Amino acid sequence: MGKTLFDKIWDSHVVKTIDDGPNVLYIDRHFIHEVTSPQAFGGIKARGGKVARPSQVIATPDHNIPTVNQHLTIQDELSRHQVETLKKNCEENGITMYGLNHPYNGIVHVVGPELGITQPGMTIVCGDSHTSTHGAFGSIAFGIGTSEVEMALATQCIMQPKPKSMRINIEGELGKGVTSKDIILYIISKLSTGGGTGYFVEFAGSAIRSLSMEARMTVCNMSIEMGARGGMIAPDETTFEYIKGREQAPKGEAWDKAVAYWKSLVTDADAKFDKELTFDGADIEPMITYGTNPGMGAKVCEYIPTLDSIEDSSQGSFQKSMEYMGFKAGDKLEGKQVDYVFVGSCTNGRIEDLRAFCEAVKGKQKAESVTAWIVPGSKQVEKQAIEEGLKEQLEAAGFELRQPGCSACLAMNDDKIPAGKYAVATSNRNFEGRQGPGSRTMLASPLTAAAAAVTGVVTDPRTIFNL
Amino acid sequence: MPIDKFVTVQTSFVPMPIENVDTDQIIPARFLKATTKDGFGDNLFYDWRYEKDGSPKAGFVLNNPAYSGTVLVAGKNFGSGSSREHAAWAIAGYGFKAVVSSFFADIFRGNSLNNGVLPVQVSETFLAGLFKAVDADNKAEVKIDLENQTITNVSTGESEGFEINSYKKNCLMNGYDDIDYLLSLGEEIEAYEAQAVKF
Ligand code: SF4
Repeated sequence: MGKTLFDKIWDSHVVKTIDDGPNVLYIDRHFIHEVTSPQAFGGIKARGGKVARPSQVIATPDHNIPTVNQHLTIQDELSRHQVETLKKNCEENGITMYGLNHPYNGIVHVVGPELGITQPGMTIVCGDSHTSTHGAFGSIAFGIGTSEVEMALATQCIMQPKPKSMRINIEGELGKGVTSKDIILYIISKLSTGGGTGYFVEFAGSAIRSLSMEARMTVCNMSIEMGARGGMIAPDETTFEYIKGREQAPKGEAWDKAVAYWKSLVTDADAKFDKELTFDGADIEPMITYGTNPGMGAKVCEYIPTLDSIEDSSQGSFQKSMEYMGFKAGDKLEGKQVDYVFVGSCTNGRIEDLRAFCEAVKGKQKAESVTAWIVPGSKQVEKQAIEEGLKEQLEAAGFELRQPGCSACLAMNDDKIPAGKYAVATSNRNFEGRQGPGSRTMLASPLTAAAAAVTGVVTDPRTIFNL
Repeated sequence: MPIDKFVTVQTSFVPMPIENVDTDQIIPARFLKATTKDGFGDNLFYDWRYEKDGSPKAGFVLNNPAYSGTVLVAGKNFGSGSSREHAAWAIAGYGFKAVVSSFFADIFRGNSLNNGVLPVQVSETFLAGLFKAVDADNKAEVKIDLENQTITNVSTGESEGFEINSYKKNCLMNGYDDIDYLLSLGEEIEAYEAQAVKF
């Protein structure tokens, strides 16, 4: 029987199999950031050990950093201490770090791909669940806890049970105004936040193949939100084209060798998945979430589900969520008040996202009542946005381009949505308090965010933009 | 570092019949700025547990002296969301030895095992039985026997088996951790590297 893309990469990275236990899996690239690594370095030190393969570890602080006045460094004492601890740990262990104000600094899942560090066929981990982003290149990439960060630092291996396999096909053409964010919000709304638990997902089908690398990253990024261990897309010409010429991409002869190998990374025609689902691309429309987990999503032009459409055992949790959001079952989504708009994060903070937002708001003005934070995913994205004139365009429409970082995605810095306020966010989680205590988040695409930003209410982007 | 050995527990338990309890609720992001593993137990479920001014919220189960015990029993899909191991540190730090639910998110399951907290996955019916027992008597007990992989609702005597792979079971029962094991594989890891694809 043939092998899946996942099997090919996984099997070639198993150092040892433990009977009725996990596999010892070799890790090609290990990204670290300031929040989930200090205790791991502490553990290594306490054992008197050292980092095994520092050249395969890449560090960038991102979660805690401010998105204004970065040249003044970090004002919050605890945040600064965490970032300085990362710097110290990297220096002591010979790990490359793209620190604050470095031209390559940025959100770890934006930085890896844009520097060509992320490549097909690799195993990639990071102490961050959205490591699944890198799967867009046809790699096995997933988030790990700090104990595993310590394992990967100390031995370049981790212990993992092999997950089950799932393929999700999106076939056909996407409608106007439908983005990759809508694809993934749609899938999660169908599967729920636990529907992918225990599985590693391959995304396939003509609608997926037609996506750019940035758009593919958005899909894989949120695979964790349906509980999946990770998501991946087989590499193809789009992938090779994106990687070619990037700083750490193979060059010359090595490039040809690499591409030849990468081309073998596809699921064999006779391979079997434990589960396979197919959706029609034409069925997907602009999406937005109305509740407190990413599975609670609906088409922007539709309504919040009524209580009797929810399973009995889930009604309590559903109602708790509605209370938190200040919504009622059966409410219309369009026209809901929006106070904040956040464009950014490792889900939608890439250049293509900023371009889409700018293009949409061109010739329009930000609604007075809306506070908007447009946050590039990295220094390189910021630079490119300035070079392409996006910053000026944004300013002309009443927006401001901030400096890169995770920002309001998890609100560890000052970018917090105030209690009770509504935010349309292009990030990935709408949990209670995720964007600040009491914050109310509605997840959507950059286009739907643009529509909310210029109208001040939830708006279907197809009704106001020329798409 | 060795983890605590898991021994059979029989204890009253803390019920949390809420589904999809995510790691942002278990430990909100603003408490992730520490560089050690200590003190997270104090901030466990912070936004559900405390008012803005830091006083305990009366309705929350951890603030209700009627409920106690070293086992947390929660609704399905516990621990979804962020990979933060701080969630497991908070649960362990508070003093819980096991979490019982009808479904766990993958990363949380791994993180809690790595910190000596046993995730016990039970059927929906068994879970409902535990909630019912504690409704009737808030000192109702649960018994978790790792060696025999069984969990018992002491009020009803009803038992159910639970899954854990034998490697992890052995680690928990003996207090071993994965890092010691991986460090012992130096030669195998080098041999792997010698044959791996390179370009
Ligand atoms: S942008 Fe958000 S999801 Fe992405 S790495 Fe940062 S905090 Fe995590």
